[in-house]
Amino acid sequence: MKPAPFAYKKARSLDEAVALLGEHKDARLLAGGQSLIATLNMRLSAPSLLIDINGLSGLDGITAKEGMVEIGALVRHVQAERSEIIAKLVPLIARAMPHIGHAAIRNRGTLGGSIAFADPAAELPACLMALDGEVEATGPKGKRTIKAQDFFKGLFETALGPQELLTAIRIPAATKDTRVGFAELARRHGDYAIVGLAASAQGDGKGLKDVRLSFFGTGDTPSRARKAETALESGDIDAAVAALDLEPHDDVQAPAKVKKHLAGVLLRRVAKQLMEART
Amino acid sequence: MKITADSPPTLSALDRPNSYIGRSVPRPNLARLTQGRGQYVSDVTLPRMAHVAFVRSPHAHARIVSIATDAAKTSPGVIAVVTGAELAKVMTPWVGVLTHLKGLKSAPQSPIAVDVACWQGEAVCAVVARSRAEAEDACELVEVAYEDLPAVTDPETALDARTHVIHASLGDNLCFERKLEAGAVDKAFAESDAVVETTFVFGRHTGVTNEPRAIVADWNPGDQRLTVYQGTQAPHMMQDLFAKHLGLAADQVRVLTKDVGGSFGIKVHTYADEMATVALSKLLKRPVKFVADRIESFVTDIHARDQRVKGKIGVTKDGTITAFEIDVLTGIGPYSVYPRTSGIEANQVVNLTGGPYSCPNYRAQARVVFQNKNVMCQYRAVGHPIAVAVTEGLVELAAAKIGMDPLEIRRRNLIADDAYPCGSASGLKFEKLSHHEALAHLDTMMNYAGVRAEQSKLRKQGIYRGIGFASFIEVTNPSAAFYGVGGARITSQDGATVKLDAQGAIIIHSGVTEQGQGAEAVLAQCVASSFGVSLDKVRVVTGDTDNTPYGGGTWASRAAGIGGEAAWQAGKALRGNVLAVAGAMLQAKPEDLDIRNSVVVDKASGTERLTLAELARVAYFRPDTLPPGFQAELMATRHYVPRAWPFAFTNGIQASYLEIDTDTGFVKLIDHWCIEDCGTIINPQLVDEQIRGGVVQGIGAALFEQCLYDERGQMLNGNMADYLVPMAVEMPDIQCGHVVSPTADSELGAKGAGEAGTAGAPACIMNAINDALRPLGAKPLTDMPFTPGKILQALGKV
Amino acid sequence: MSDLGIDISLTVNGEQVSERVEPRQTLVDFLRDNLGLTGSHVGCEHGVCGACTVRVDGAIVRGCLMLAVQCAGSQVETIEGLSDSGEVADLQAAFEQRNALQCGFCTPGMIATAQDLLAGGGVPSRDEIREHISGNYCRCTGYHAIVDAVEAVALQRAGAAK
Repeated sequence: MKPAPFAYKKARSLDEAVALLGEHKDARLLAGGQSLIATLNMRLSAPSLLIDINGLSGLDGITAKEGMVEIGALVRHVQAERSEIIAKLVPLIARAMPHIGHAAIRNRGTLGGSIAFADPAAELPACLMALDGEVEATGPKGKRTIKAQDFFKGLFETALGPQELLTAIRIPAATKDTRVGFAELARRHGDYAIVGLAASAQGDGKGLKDVRLSFFGTGDTPSRARKAETALESGDIDAAVAALDLEPHDDVQAPAKVKKHLAGVLLRRVAKQLMEART
Repeated sequence: MKITADSPPTLSALDRPNSYIGRSVPRPNLARLTQGRGQYVSDVTLPRMAHVAFVRSPHAHARIVSIATDAAKTSPGVIAVVTGAELAKVMTPWVGVLTHLKGLKSAPQSPIAVDVACWQGEAVCAVVARSRAEAEDACELVEVAYEDLPAVTDPETALDARTHVIHASLGDNLCFERKLEAGAVDKAFAESDAVVETTFVFGRHTGVTNEPRAIVADWNPGDQRLTVYQGTQAPHMMQDLFAKHLGLAADQVRVLTKDVGGSFGIKVHTYADEMATVALSKLLKRPVKFVADRIESFVTDIHARDQRVKGKIGVTKDGTITAFEIDVLTGIGPYSVYPRTSGIEANQVVNLTGGPYSCPNYRAQARVVFQNKNVMCQYRAVGHPIAVAVTEGLVELAAAKIGMDPLEIRRRNLIADDAYPCGSASGLKFEKLSHHEALAHLDTMMNYAGVRAEQSKLRKQGIYRGIGFASFIEVTNPSAAFYGVGGARITSQDGATVKLDAQGAIIIHSGVTEQGQGAEAVLAQCVASSFGVSLDKVRVVTGDTDNTPYGGGTWASRAAGIGGEAAWQAGKALRGNVLAVAGAMLQAKPEDLDIRNSVVVDKASGTERLTLAELARVAYFRPDTLPPGFQAELMATRHYVPRAWPFAFTNGIQASYLEIDTDTGFVKLIDHWCIEDCGTIINPQLVDEQIRGGVVQGIGAALFEQCLYDERGQMLNGNMADYLVPMAVEMPDIQCGHVVSPTADSELGAKGAGEAGTAGAPACIMNAINDALRPLGAKPLTDMPFTPGKILQALGKV
Repeated sequence: MSDLGIDISLTVNGEQVSERVEPRQTLVDFLRDNLGLTGSHVGCEHGVCGACTVRVDGAIVRGCLMLAVQCAGSQVETIEGLSDSGEVADLQAAFEQRNALQCGFCTPGMIATAQDLLAGGGVPSRDEIREHISGNYCRCTGYHAIVDAVEAVALQRAGAAK
């Protein structure tokens, strides 16, 4: 179980990375590598070139400005886990972080890599959706912004162009009214979840509004449960569960009907978190 | 937690002045391993060593139409590309049968498939290259044309007339069948007040040794000898098989086993790819290394369990068990595994079911069928987890049906502690077991009444906890009755050679092997005690067919009970020899002397007479000073094999306390207890750790592990992300306790302890789950592993 | 080796190392095959079992999920280095005394991971210990003894720190 041969180039600048992506159609970007290298080892992926973007300057910061938190693509999970800005202004990601892999994985894995890899069972893409975040993509024509809901296109498929790389994610900073909830069910700690739910809402003192429920492990992409969101905004948890319109597939972890049931359980638990957080 | 220091020895018949029997001394070889200085086969490199990778069949069953190897042969680094037909010229095929399993049949198996591939993962071509990576590169260039054949995957229909016969020469897909009838079963059921019938399903699972299988074979044409570095449990068995199938004499083969990264029965079989590696070395006249990667491990390491057992129990109102009946069906892949066969697990289920109980009425049927999935064979606790789960599952279901406490029904039916020697309905012979004492010990240790009270209190709060039990028996110390009588060249005896070196230290050579269970510590403790030196003066050598006495190795919990006894006796024999030398030197009677802590002393007074260092100096360097005609013999060998009993049965009882989240079907393990009786305990810490590790392996079977296959015979979860092994967070602490009923078959009285944990854990987890769910009206769960989905289904939630 | 080879220099266990490696070579294969540091083990090669856990620039990583070329200029520490420096001597002693290893294949990675937890200071609970080592697979022990050993060292170190 050794990777097929590939060339390796450590990009010295964003421009060079973009240029290399243009020159090598089957190149892959190497960030944290915690998913990519496993697939290389198993020869599930055999690019001719790996473009290592680790070390590119300016991509490893966490900053808050103008009501947004910007997280550089190369910020590692461990860095986010320890960040005061994340803890204060992006509490949903702070809550999700301990569920992601194990310490040795979080030391290497990057937030940008996780989002760009778009594993439908992963926590962070769902968090980005729940938080109405956006992705900054850099390509030959410069930078553009892609809203989370437009970013995840399919199974391991994103809106990034062939010559684009994800350079940052941006998330509206939590305000005093922001409520977040997170829960997942994984057979073993650190595993990909059978089903998970990342949620955010605004508490207006009486109820919840702008509820965003983002399920993971239930489809090809993180899935918003919009009918359930509406029901929850009217304060009716039972109706929200009844309105869940997810269509998960069977997988080796659980049959679809089990995932669907568990999604309902998580919805109740997360709804409680959102409501309990109300002051 | 405090790490308890070595406990002081308690006096027994085995006690000598410096006895180590019964003491938790640390194993002698651990510092090497904690420092990363072990030598596993995967670490071995030799001059000119090449690496082999295999092209493996992607089909469960397919005819090999053609293999094009030209592109692969010119790939960088490639040394040879070898097909099954080419390798057949170097190595003969084998057939995994045993004559005492009457009617068991199998087809010849080759190191690399010739003509037909019979499971997804079977090797169809070998590529040998300078590195494993280059070998894998070239594997991708081998073009194999296959013609699909019908895949037989469902054991239930494997014997149907319209099902494809996998090996035409065998006539059908039946590997082995056994029927057993004891007592008056129908009458007993008819006279029962309650009868419970249910079907148990045991998932296919596998060993997932942390170090995958690994072998380095080195044929040296100059010496005309083959040296094989192999992570195996049975070096002498492998020596014999390599020689036989390469057409060599056994003395032309040396098998070396150093550190082994976990075995559990996985590494005691003949694997086609390992045989191919050996044959390739012979063919290419250079060392060849094969280390299975994790992906190929999942489709080639033996699988186990995968049984459907219909079970039935009868019981009267007073709790008397009247009869057991089982019908076992298992699919074992396309070949019976050589040389231990794949009929043993089902056969053991027939032997062991009902074993702890005095019920005389028992009917069993087992059918073992071929199918196009990876092969199955003996894995830790062979048959026990199934037999125990069927028996204990039925017992607790019967107890529930008549409204009796699960410990009480056991008290009324377990064979009485004073009934021994006696036998089971299936014909097993028990020398001395202690079911009732073990149960009483468990009752106290776990505070059963207290736990029940807590369970009851929590139920009122909507928290559903369950308590489950499993009494069990375990086969250990096998005599020749296991394999030898069936014609397999697998020795049940074991030997130990003990010698005094020139500075007065002791070296032991033993035929058992160290797989991490602590065999070397146990051997050292036995010899240090019977000879009379401190442990630091004892060095142990195992795992080398050139240098150790012929032995069986490690399986069926035999290393301590059999290898330990041989070592104990060898130490005693050497003490006699050394005292003869001392007597000659001191002009004393040897019987008036003893050896204590490396010093020859007066037996009566303990007065020091002579150090072993001085004795060795004289014996080796100044033998001229010894009396004329006296020859010092400073090495002694003893062998041991159990003769009085076919097996030394052990027994015990486990309990599990767990909580079920009835919304999600998730199970949280809270506590786990195990009381076992392995006879004389040589090293309490090692016994406890065998139990704990075994329990967790059993928990894996009960809750997590299953090799999932689709109907076409494709394994769906053959990686460690999807095949779930137990990790630390989900596992409980495990409390152990002991009862000691030594076997009189040996002086040590030690029985085995390696499999008791695995034998009992799945059953008590199952019973605890059903105990938790019973007040909710859930249908009892009997289909392992108990996933959240199955629990939710039982609760009617999905 | 093909023409894809790349020269790298790094520090391994305090020693300067310069080697030419293929980009596809993982860190753990590099340590084992090029440098003979066979204390880091290969168990799954897809990041689940933790047997290859080593330290790169002070942080534990999976040796199978990093490429050797990525470690150019880095400080890599393996069980051999951790042993020689004495940094984990107390953990090793506790593992030996408590029989917190059987086959020993997981042990180097397990000790590196335990050290990572204990380096944070304080005395973690048994649950916290279990959680931190939950990315390291042990088939032999059932984990109980490992948790005991790590807990004992945490207590020892906390006592010594007072």
